[in-house]
Formats: sequence, structure tokens, C-alpha cells
Amino acid sequence: MTTSDRTTSEAAAAGTAAYDAIVVGAGHNGLVNGAYLAKAGLRTLILERRHLVGGAAITEERHPGFSFTTFSYALSLLRPEIVQELDLVRHGFMPLMMPSSFHPTGDGDYLLLGDDDAQNVQEIRRHSPHDADAYERYHHDLDRVCQAIQPLFDNAPPDVFGKDPEDQADVKWLLDHLGGVDRKVMHDVVRLLTGSAADWLDDYFENEAVKGFHASSSIIGSKVGPMSPGSALVLLFHKMGQHDGHLGAWAFHKGGNGGFTQVLARAAEAFGAEIRLEAPVSSVLTREGRTQGVVLEDGTELTAPVVVSALDPRRTFLELVDPRELPYDLVDNVSRMKFRGVSAKVNFALDGLPVFPALPDTVDHFGGFLNIGPTLEYMERAFDAAKYGWYSERPFIDAALQSVVDPDMAPPGKHVMSCFVQYAPYELRGSDWESERDRFGDTAQAVLESHFPGFGDLVLHREVVTPLDIERHTGLTEGNIFAGEFLAPQMYFFRPAPGWSRYATPVEGYYQCGSGTHPGGCVIGSPGRLASRRILRDLQR
Amino acid sequence: MIRTTPFHPRLSELNTEGLYTHWQGHLSPLRYTHAPKHEYFAVRNSVGVFDTSPLYKYRITGPDAERLLAGALVRDIRSCRPGKAQYTIWCDDRGFVMEDGVVFRHSESDFLLTAARPNLAWFQALAGSLRVSLEDVSDDHGILAVQGPRSRAVLRELVPEVERLGFFDHTVAKVGSAAVTLSRTGYTGDLGYEVSVDADQAVEVLDAVLDAGRAHSLRPFGEEALMMLRIEAGLPLVDVEWRNSRVAFSDAERVTPKELGMGWMLRGVRDGDRPFVGRDAIRRELVDGTSRWATVGVVVDWADWDRLHRAAGLLTVKDEHPLPYESVLYSDSADSGDSADSVDQIGYATSLMYSPVLQRHVGLARVRPAFAEPGTPVRLETSLLHHNTTVAASTTSLPHFNPARKTAKP
Ligand SMILES: Cc1cc2nc3c(=O)[nH]c(=O)nc-3n(C[C@H](O)[C@H](O)[C@H](O)COP(=O)(O)OP(=O)(O)OC[C@H]3O[C@@H](n4cnc5c(N)ncnc54)[C@H](O)[C@@H]3O)c2cc1C
Repeated sequence: MTTSDRTTSEAAAAGTAAYDAIVVGAGHNGLVNGAYLAKAGLRTLILERRHLVGGAAITEERHPGFSFTTFSYALSLLRPEIVQELDLVRHGFMPLMMPSSFHPTGDGDYLLLGDDDAQNVQEIRRHSPHDADAYERYHHDLDRVCQAIQPLFDNAPPDVFGKDPEDQADVKWLLDHLGGVDRKVMHDVVRLLTGSAADWLDDYFENEAVKGFHASSSIIGSKVGPMSPGSALVLLFHKMGQHDGHLGAWAFHKGGNGGFTQVLARAAEAFGAEIRLEAPVSSVLTREGRTQGVVLEDGTELTAPVVVSALDPRRTFLELVDPRELPYDLVDNVSRMKFRGVSAKVNFALDGLPVFPALPDTVDHFGGFLNIGPTLEYMERAFDAAKYGWYSERPFIDAALQSVVDPDMAPPGKHVMSCFVQYAPYELRGSDWESERDRFGDTAQAVLESHFPGFGDLVLHREVVTPLDIERHTGLTEGNIFAGEFLAPQMYFFRPAPGWSRYATPVEGYYQCGSGTHPGGCVIGSPGRLASRRILRDLQR
Repeated sequence: MIRTTPFHPRLSELNTEGLYTHWQGHLSPLRYTHAPKHEYFAVRNSVGVFDTSPLYKYRITGPDAERLLAGALVRDIRSCRPGKAQYTIWCDDRGFVMEDGVVFRHSESDFLLTAARPNLAWFQALAGSLRVSLEDVSDDHGILAVQGPRSRAVLRELVPEVERLGFFDHTVAKVGSAAVTLSRTGYTGDLGYEVSVDADQAVEVLDAVLDAGRAHSLRPFGEEALMMLRIEAGLPLVDVEWRNSRVAFSDAERVTPKELGMGWMLRGVRDGDRPFVGRDAIRRELVDGTSRWATVGVVVDWADWDRLHRAAGLLTVKDEHPLPYESVLYSDSADSGDSADSVDQIGYATSLMYSPVLQRHVGLARVRPAFAEPGTPVRLETSLLHHNTTVAASTTSLPHFNPARKTAKP
């Protein structure tokens, strides 16, 4: 606790700071970071603006008995090391397998994939014999790419601009690693980092539905269509995750992604971190280029020699500190960084399971992602609207009926349905999201109705989460779900800005650990983990 | 001819895979869907049903029934009141374990014993001139295991008595017109029940359970899921964890109750006066401390497992399907990496799998007693790219997974 009769800077100077480290923002990265710092023995305080932890990964009872994953809803990218190192199983970590992926093909038929590869190949073959063996080749090629870049993913980017021997050793490590990568794999890496998902998929598949299915992850959270260069990078990023060792496989955490962040909070507290809710930070205190602590919106000053921002780069560099104290090129880069949220959610409480006419009597197609984006062209057309400042007339929807595998999410026999909807540009031309909220919800619902006749009759409650809502509730600038788009110039040693990709900032003792840092967004935890390593290393010096 | 169980007509309709194994001469589904892991999760997170009908079932009645069982079974049946059940084992004269089973006490003189193998002759021989009747009723009943955190909610709709059942309690009840025995027992290490019903009313009861379960995401699960569940629960399986001493060729295949991790069943044996088959040998083992093995859990070091695979250029394998073979355990001082030299062998893992709920590779193992202390570092034999190697692991206490709900008072 701060002593009221002493000023913050005196406290810091006298080495009597209340905390060793203060983390701003209890999103999952802030919690991961705080947990690691506390585990290393630092007196750690995590400050959260809202009444609950989790940020974009929360579960809320928005209708009595129904648990909504307001924002993010599925888990894959989370690094397995974090589960082990933070002992998360002890605190309730439980990713539930998604037994299926379901992709209506738009003509009444569907693609239904599951846990048995041989059966999946048959299902693909039903649509295209050509694509059956392409399917195996495709996944193997992609797995090899993931394997090759995983070390880059799981380590801080080297400082290619740095001059000291340690930086140069890091650069050498990177070059050595890349030098060992197989020629074909390296070529695939480059194709994925620069090209479009459509081009990449065209190299393997001929069937439009098969391509559509695989392209769904190429547009998530990004202002790209599957035909835009850059969409392959988004696809690759989403393949970098895993569920129990299966690359690219997804799970529902027990109780939704909010269930997961509750686990993290318990782990952080078990290591001794203190979490304070409803404690918005208004600024980071600095003196002569050094961090002193933070000031809360209510004026409370809290001291610590280390402050970690788990917010996005705009807030980290332009709001929490005075940008005039920062190098111009950093401020300039962060100001120009692309956010451009295009995602919204429409979450439903349902009276029963929707019915897909071709599969009237089974449930098992609802065990995982339900992908409404039949073909590349469908998705690309959905994107067209966003280019001109409007939402899609027939949007892409990544839906999930989590209560099918996790019945605790809804009353018996009832269901929650999370729908991630694109495209919904943050800025609407000639209107605003408050005026369009309901019409947008109707648009998404109409698409569902067209695939699941009678859907509307099942709706007990509907909640539309616009990009503006995302920004307001989580602080993610412009509602960008990744805290900065996944564009090549905003990744790796450029995330969030050239020269500042290693979790430090120009202010001594001030660090960054949000999704705007390497490797990026999703419920992944690495920014929080890698930043903690940096901080602990700096403290040892 | 392979047989089918009383539930088969309906359960086979729910089986999309047509994959069966043979269990005690019956068709037993390996899995019902393409995803046995999903069936496993039904039990860990909602509710699943398993057809356990192929077990042998013996009805033991008469004024001397208790005397027979007290002299045959390792646990003292006299402490089992009517309405209770006991998980128990029986041994040969040399104190080696033959089999395990569950005995249900219906009254002072009426018991039902389940077993994995036929055992009638053995019990009959022991009965001698006692006033007891032994009857093989294996085909008379179907047994449906209803397991998982929601099992109680599902059964409550059919059998209100379920609310009262404590761990290993049982009661007679009705499901619709069918008389059933409902017990709070199972082989999954979770909250769970078993419903025993006359064969001719089995489908009727099953349908009622499936109906009640629909709103709770109930699903049938097969043997693959069962194996994952029972390993996490630390429950041994005959012919995997040990060999019935009656059909073993070597003492190295045999285990004593203590060696099998059933030391907890032996309370009172050392100083008590109840004679039972194998008692003298077991006593000697306890007094002289001659146990050759201790049963423990093993947990593989995740980081070492990961390192091993990466170094080999492979993706890290996390397979929830148990290995179909034993793995040797070495002392930690044995050289890591290379040569699986037998000099340092200190035990063997009988079952090993990746546990989805624990996020670790876990196993059941037997080690020399000196290595039994939980947390003892060991090395586990594995093979990678056609090359024998070892991975770091440590011993731990069992069960691996033991949720409070399993035994919680109703
Ligand atoms: C609609 C949506 C769907 C998504 N779906 C998925 C998905 O299914 N799977 C997946 O892996 N990823 C998904 N994502 C992405 C993923 O959820 C995010 O990238 C990730 O959760 C961001 O985590 P974070 O900890 O970096 O930041 P955040 O979660 O944004 O956390 C920042 C925290 O800081 C707090 N805060 C802000 N300002 C202050 C302040 N001044 N003082 C104190 N606290 C403050 C916020 O309240 C918040 O709690 C989705 C995102 C969205 C928005």
C-alpha cells in the first residue's frame, strides 16, 4: 500500500515502492505476465479497469442461465509451456476437444470433418476425388511450415538493429535456424507470409467448398479478403496453435474463454500476485526517463520500479505515457499502425438446437466450429462491402454452439451460440454502429436462417457486439481483435514498431506485454510470457 | 459365436463406426464415434454411458454366504452392511492376486459379485459343505454404467433415490416398470453410477436413460475412452497391470495385493484373526517387508518429452490412447538419452497415455520399493525414430485424477 504522506517518486527513490511490478490490464496477457513475475518472487499488482478480469476473453451470463463468450470463444494458440509453467491444471485449466468442424456448402450439402483423418479424407473425396490426397499433402506442408517457424514464434524477435554482441548472437541464432530449414518449406513460408489464402489454396484444391472451408481462418480479425495478399499470413497464424499436440486444432475451454482467464487469475493469485478490479490506470509515472509507478483515474498513486502495459500499442505509447517523451519514429509508427477492426459478434441464447435440413437427427455436426462462408467467392464478396465502409450483406460467420460440448454453458436442452461475424468495419460510411446495431444483428440472423430454417423461432435472446463495443469494453483500439492487424510490416521484429519488438520501451522500467507485441493476438499468452522473461532478465542485471 | 449384450440392440444403432472388440466373448464397442476422446470428455465434463454387461456375475446366498466370502476375499466382507458394495480382490494360497471385482451386499445372506473372468468353480470349491448357494447369473442382467459429473442429474429424473446414494452405496429401485439395482460405482474415477437390470428390460431402461440424458449431452462411450479414464483414475486392469496368478507361468508375472497398490485393503490383516485364502503369505510379506514392488503413478517430464521430439525433428506427440505395451523404468542416474541398459532397471510402466485433463503423460507403474516415494526421478523407456531412448519422469501417488465429486456426500 502507498503511504499517503510520501510522494511516489520519493518512495521509488528510497526503494520503498509498494510493489516490485505493476501490470496494467488484466486481459489474459496481463494475467500471464503478472503470474510469471509473481512466480519469480516479485510483489506484483495487476490493475484492471473493469469489474472482471479477462479483457477480450471473458464469459458473462447475459441471459439467465446462459453463459456468453462475449468476445473470444475458442482456444488453440495458447502456448503449452504456459499451462505447465504456471501449473494451470491445478487451477482448473480444461480445454474440451471440439469433435467436429462443420461447413455448409451453400447448396444444402456440407463438409463435416472430425477426429479421424481417414474418414475426413473420404468426406473430402465425396466432394472432390482430386482434393482427397491434396488434403493430406496440404496439411503436411502446413505442419512443416509451422514446425519451421515455431522457434521464431516462441522466442523474442532478435534486435536486428541492435549493435551489441548479444543482439548479434540473437541474429546469428535466427539466421542459423533459417539456414537449416528445408528449401521447399522455406518457399512455403514466404508464400504464406506474403501471398493470399486463395493463391495458396488454389495450389492444392479444386473444389470451391473445400477451399472455402480452409480459407475461413485467413480472414479472422483482419481487413483482408481471402484473395488479398496477406490473408495467407492470417491463415498461417491460426494454424500455429494446437490442441493436445494436434497442430491447428481448436478447443473450447471449460466455461468459455472467460473460464480460462479465471483459471489464470487463480494461478496468478496463487503465486502471490494481487489483482485489483475497477482500478483504471490513467497514466504511468515517469521521472527522468524512468518509471516510478502509475496513477489511477481516481488519483491514487501506486509505486513500482517496473510497470508493464498489457494494453495495445496505441494506449501503451500514446495514452499511458506522454508521447512527447518518446522518440518520434516510435510515436509515428504507432500512430500509423493499422488496427481497422472488421469483426463483430452476435451471440444467441437458443431454446434448442438449430436444424440443418440435410442432417436432421444428429447433434455431432455441432461439436465445434460451424463455418458459414461456403466459398472463397462468398467470403471475398462479404469483404467487398468493408472496403467501402459498410458491413456485409451476407456476412461470413464463424459460429459455435459451445453448450453442445460444455452443457454447463446453458440450461439443460438449451444452447448458447457464439457467432463471430465479418465484415463489420469499425467506421461506417454515412452511419454509425448505434443506428445499425439491430439491422446488423438481423443481417447475421438472416444468414443463419437461410442455412437453418426456423432458426429465428429458437432465439430467446440476442446480443450484438459491434466493433465499437469491443473497443469500449476491452480497450482494443478500433475493435481490432489482435491489438494491431496481422500484416507483415506489423509482425515479428516490427511488432509493434521497428526497434521495439523486445518488450521494453524507451522509458526505463516500462514494458509492454499486450497482443500488440510479438507474436501477436489471440488467446496465446506468449506476449505476457516473453515479456516477463525480458523483465526478469533486466532485473538481474 | 460372439455374443451380444442386452443393450446391444439399441447401442449398436448409436455406433457410427462399427468398431468392436471382444470382451469376455461379447461384442464391446471400442468407440461409438470417430472421436473416442470426445466420449472421454463426456465422462469428465458431462455424462456418458458404458455397457459393462459382459462382466461375470455371481449370486451368493444362504446363511453361510458371509462366511464364504469372508474366507475368500481379501477385504473383510463382514464390515460391508446391506446396501453397501466393496471393491475387492482375491488371492491364491501364496498370496498372489488372482482377480478383482465388486461385491454388492443386498442383505445378511444375499450377495452379488462381479468378476472379469469365470470364477464359479473356485468359489464352489471353497464353499465345500457351507450352507451357501452359488449361481452364475451373468446372462440375467445388463449393467449400464452412467458416469460423469452430470450422471446424478440424469438419473435423478428417473430414480429419485439416486440423491441418497453415497460412494459405493446401492439400492433397489424402479425405472418405469423395470426393477433395477442402482449403485454408486464405476470404473472411471468420476462421479458415477451403475444400473443393473433384467436382460429383458434392459433396452427399456437404456432408452429412459438416453432420453433423460439428451439435454445433458449424454453419449455412449467405448473401451478406448474407458481405458483413458481408468488410467487417470489409477484403476488397474487384469492382464494389463497384472496377471491372474492362476494362469501365470512365472512369479515375475504375479503380484501380491501390496505390490498391486492394494495395501489399503490389508488393514487389520497383520494382527487380525480372519482367515482367508492367502492370508498367511500376505502376513509374512507384511511382517518381513518382502514386497518386491510398489505400485505408483508416473508422470513424464513435459519439457524433456518436448525436447526429445523437437531434437528428432518431430512434432511433439500427445496421444491419449494408452500404449499397448509395457515401458521399462530406469533409475535417474542411468545415462539419459542412449542405451537402454538393464542394469539400472528399477521398474516398469504397465499403462501410459497422454491425459487430456491433466495435460501430461501419465502412467501406472511398478517400481522397486526404494523408488516409490512420490517425486522420485526416474527415466522411462521410449523409442523414437527406431531408436531406444529414455525420457525424464517422476513417480507420483495415485490416482492421477481424483475429483471431489467422485466421493462427495450427496
Ligand atoms: C470478438 C473477438 C473474438 C475473438 N475470438 C478469439 C478466439 O476465439 N480465439 C482466440 O484465440 N482469440 C480470439 N480473439 C482475440 C483475443 O481474444 C485477443 O487477441 C486477446 O484476448 C487479447 O488479449 P490481451 O491480454 O492482449 O488484451 P485484452 O484482452 O484486450 O486485455 C486488456 C485489458 O486491459 C484492460 N484495460 C484497458 N485499459 C485499461 C486501463 N487504463 N487501466 C487498467 N486496465 C485497462 C481491459 O479492460 C482489458 O481487461 C477474439 C477477440 C475478439 C475481440
